[in-house]
Amino acid sequence: MLGLLGRAAKGLGVGLGALAAVAAVAGSIGSASAQETIKVGILHSLSGTMAISETTLKNVMLMLIEEQNKKGGVLGKKLEPVVVDPASNWPLFAEKARELVTKDKVAAVFGCWTSVSRKSVLPVFKELNSILFYPVQYEGEESERNVFYTGAAPNQQAIPAVEYLMKEEKVERWVLAGTDYVYPRTTNKILEAFLKSKGVKAEDIMINYTPFGQSDWQTIVSDIKKFGSAGKKTAVVSTINGDANVPFYKELANQGIKATDIPVVAFSVGEEELAGMDTKPLVGHLAAWNYFMSIKTPENDAFIKQWQAFMKNPKAVTNDPMEAHYIGFNMWVQAVTKAGTTDPDKVIAALPGTKQPNLTGGVSEMLANHHITKPVFIGEIEEDGQFDVVWKTENLIPGEAWSPQLEGSKFLVADWVKLNCGNFDTQKNVCLGSATK
Amino acid sequence: MRILRATRSGIVSLALLMFAGILFLTPATPARAQGAAADPAGTIARFGTDSYGDTEAALGALSVSGDPRASEIVEALRDGRLLFDPQTKAVFLRSPAGAVTDAATGAAVAAPPAGLRPVRMNNRVRRAVDAAAGALALVSPDPAKRLDAAAAVFKSRDAAALPALDAAIAKESDARVKTALAEARAVLIVGNPSVAEAERVAAARLIAARGDQEALAALSNLPADSPAAVKQAAAAGIESINSSLAMWAVAQNVWYGLSLGSVLLLAAIGLAITFGVMGVINMAHGEMVMIGAYTTFVVQEVIRTSAPFLFGWSLAIALPLAFLVTALVGILIERTVIRFLYGRPLETLLATWGISLILQQAVRSIFGPTNKEVGAPYWMSGSFDIGQMAITYNRLWIIVFALLVFFALLLVLKRTMLGLYVRAVTQNRRMAAAMGIRTGRIDALTFGFGSGIAGIAGVALSQIDNVSPNLGQGYIIDSFMVVVFGGVGNLWGTLVAAFGLGIANKLLEPFAGAVLGKIIILVLIILFIQKRPRGLFALKGRAVEA
Repeated sequence: MLGLLGRAAKGLGVGLGALAAVAAVAGSIGSASAQETIKVGILHSLSGTMAISETTLKNVMLMLIEEQNKKGGVLGKKLEPVVVDPASNWPLFAEKARELVTKDKVAAVFGCWTSVSRKSVLPVFKELNSILFYPVQYEGEESERNVFYTGAAPNQQAIPAVEYLMKEEKVERWVLAGTDYVYPRTTNKILEAFLKSKGVKAEDIMINYTPFGQSDWQTIVSDIKKFGSAGKKTAVVSTINGDANVPFYKELANQGIKATDIPVVAFSVGEEELAGMDTKPLVGHLAAWNYFMSIKTPENDAFIKQWQAFMKNPKAVTNDPMEAHYIGFNMWVQAVTKAGTTDPDKVIAALPGTKQPNLTGGVSEMLANHHITKPVFIGEIEEDGQFDVVWKTENLIPGEAWSPQLEGSKFLVADWVKLNCGNFDTQKNVCLGSATK
Repeated sequence: MRILRATRSGIVSLALLMFAGILFLTPATPARAQGAAADPAGTIARFGTDSYGDTEAALGALSVSGDPRASEIVEALRDGRLLFDPQTKAVFLRSPAGAVTDAATGAAVAAPPAGLRPVRMNNRVRRAVDAAAGALALVSPDPAKRLDAAAAVFKSRDAAALPALDAAIAKESDARVKTALAEARAVLIVGNPSVAEAERVAAARLIAARGDQEALAALSNLPADSPAAVKQAAAAGIESINSSLAMWAVAQNVWYGLSLGSVLLLAAIGLAITFGVMGVINMAHGEMVMIGAYTTFVVQEVIRTSAPFLFGWSLAIALPLAFLVTALVGILIERTVIRFLYGRPLETLLATWGISLILQQAVRSIFGPTNKEVGAPYWMSGSFDIGQMAITYNRLWIIVFALLVFFALLLVLKRTMLGLYVRAVTQNRRMAAAMGIRTGRIDALTFGFGSGIAGIAGVALSQIDNVSPNLGQGYIIDSFMVVVFGGVGNLWGTLVAAFGLGIANKLLEPFAGAVLGKIIILVLIILFIQKRPRGLFALKGRAVEA
């Protein structure tokens, strides 16, 4: 009961905190304090479907900004967070982004989760020439001058995970299961091409899409069971989106499919998602990320401690997109310090080449294609809802904006330093212009 | 280590060979077994190094060591009772009762060191453990364990296990275990070129007779150079299994349809009252379901902290509480908002939609935006088989529960005073008022009743869906669809519509996929409503006008 009250109090605390932040912002708009502070926009849904994932990211940004202010801010000025709530509503993302840049005059924006929300704010950042840091793993096939991608590109998550299953678990038959939207569809297209290039036959690949929030997995799970009984080792590569995962794993467990029979490797299931699940039947299923809370490094220990103190919850968990914001924010601070100004053009020019120690013991670097270098970890779910790292890449992997597996992007490179182009065609030797396809 | 990693089946074979050795050779070569067992501690110490490779290697070594405690140690490892001290690397074994012994010597340890951690496993180690445990259990005195062991050998398809299996078959007295062992043996010999052709054909037939997916996997894996007769027998077997599985698949889909139907019924049944009987377009209906689910979460949380022994009963305790809480919320909404809006459907729609947003955000502020874990009591997890059909307990109970709620509701409406008042008020409000019924009070009670039923549904849905502030949104469309399709105001219509839509959806899904299947169903409903605007079972007479 006490724990429950504690949680309720925490929830209220967060709500009040957000209110206070908004009030602070409202107060500052009227005054002439713009001279003394540098404003940082936070564009994450605090209500609606995506609130489950994005609220944490808003909180981690508030923590990072508070921390930076304790160190004296940036360029001798304090940082001031400006929190807006786009309410999981994609057009509202664009509206709120415009508001942040034009009305609040923020120096940079940290935000978005789903690919569709990112796509909807892209034109705004291009038109107003501002900066967006995007912290979530995504499908690639994009490189914008105004956007910095601190989450994983497909070659930093999906491809290494599949290689691991091939090598270590000797998987020969593949189920690519995903939610029906742009990220799973593109990722699965890349994976399918990759698997075929490795000699996997078409009949050994099963692709399945389900609507958002799918809760009745009976048919699909029994299909997977059937597909897995062809005498070859089978695995499921899951790009199923957050919420639908819980009933999916529940159904797997209920139909008696264990990780030792058919392992599931997921790209969207992290510590946060597992917190709402009974993890005992999930033990052994896998996830591929660039960060796990269970990784023991001094930086990570300090980060977790700081986070739990900030949330006033000793059980608060950390996850991959939070680390991405940690890296992105610190890179931005470095770039602003180096440029000596928050002028977007100068900061965009200063960002590539910036190096920032990540939380897992390496040093991530912002590349010319606006993606960063990251290590890749494969973790197995443990009974306590944490991941046990069973494999990791030796070195940091540089993010690829364009996947060499896809016909349309085979010959494209992004380089904003030398070529000043997000989609340079190396065959025709031209920049294709408007960077997104 | 590398070799052992390469073939998990190697471990099975080693273990099996060892038991073959024990069964046949022990009297002749006692020195060998003792010689191998002389240094078991060196093997067991490898469990303490916290490396998957070492654990796997130790498992393999343990299987051939002839250590009489091998099976105990493997079991302990599987159950997470094999512990090691991160400092000293010493390995300990905790019995299910909690007594700690030194794993190497078997001596009791009175004061085990602090900070013991279970030996870690990954999928590879887990598979090796399953295989080793299965093989070791072939000679277990417990028939159930021998049955599992036979299944493990069937799965691993490792030809080296043959001698041990033959020995086990010769000794076996339990008919069921004997069949399982014979099937496992058939899997081992069907692809074995050194076995006589006739025997291999017989083996293929025996496997085919099993008729399940694993038999299919075993038959599909026949080596390409097998004799024609064996191939033919296998092909015939595959064909017969496929056709019987196809039939079972239809039955399975109908079952899934019933299950989906029961979920639709549960979600819609409260709405059948607030919308169907009262005519209130209640967009906040889904949130009542959500509040019911959160009530379950709170009940479980309280039970976890203060009375864990009650956990198996948590759902039963949550049911009346969920009904009360949501009924009160419903009455509050009716008294403060909806009663001013009767007869103004558009305003009701907007107002209740606003209420639904308020309720969602309130829950989000109190409990946080993340999913809450609602545990399943033991009697709701797992599955059992009927023929080639897997039936999961949670779905079975939800079907039973949905029907119980439905008939209870029917009983209340048709056989109680409240039900009589409700029907009277909804059919002719002014006449009912003239008869002395306090219509306002009945309105509030009816709305509360419908909301309470939605809350009860939330308790059940918390078992199969996410408990998050968005829970209700996923059901509101489906609920309206069911009530409208079945015929507004007709409870039986709701029942038929729910199960009909569920089964249609699940029969379509294998062909059309989940996304397209849903679209097709929606299109069909739209066409149907065009033809029959009042749904499947339209109410006739004056009630329609009311």
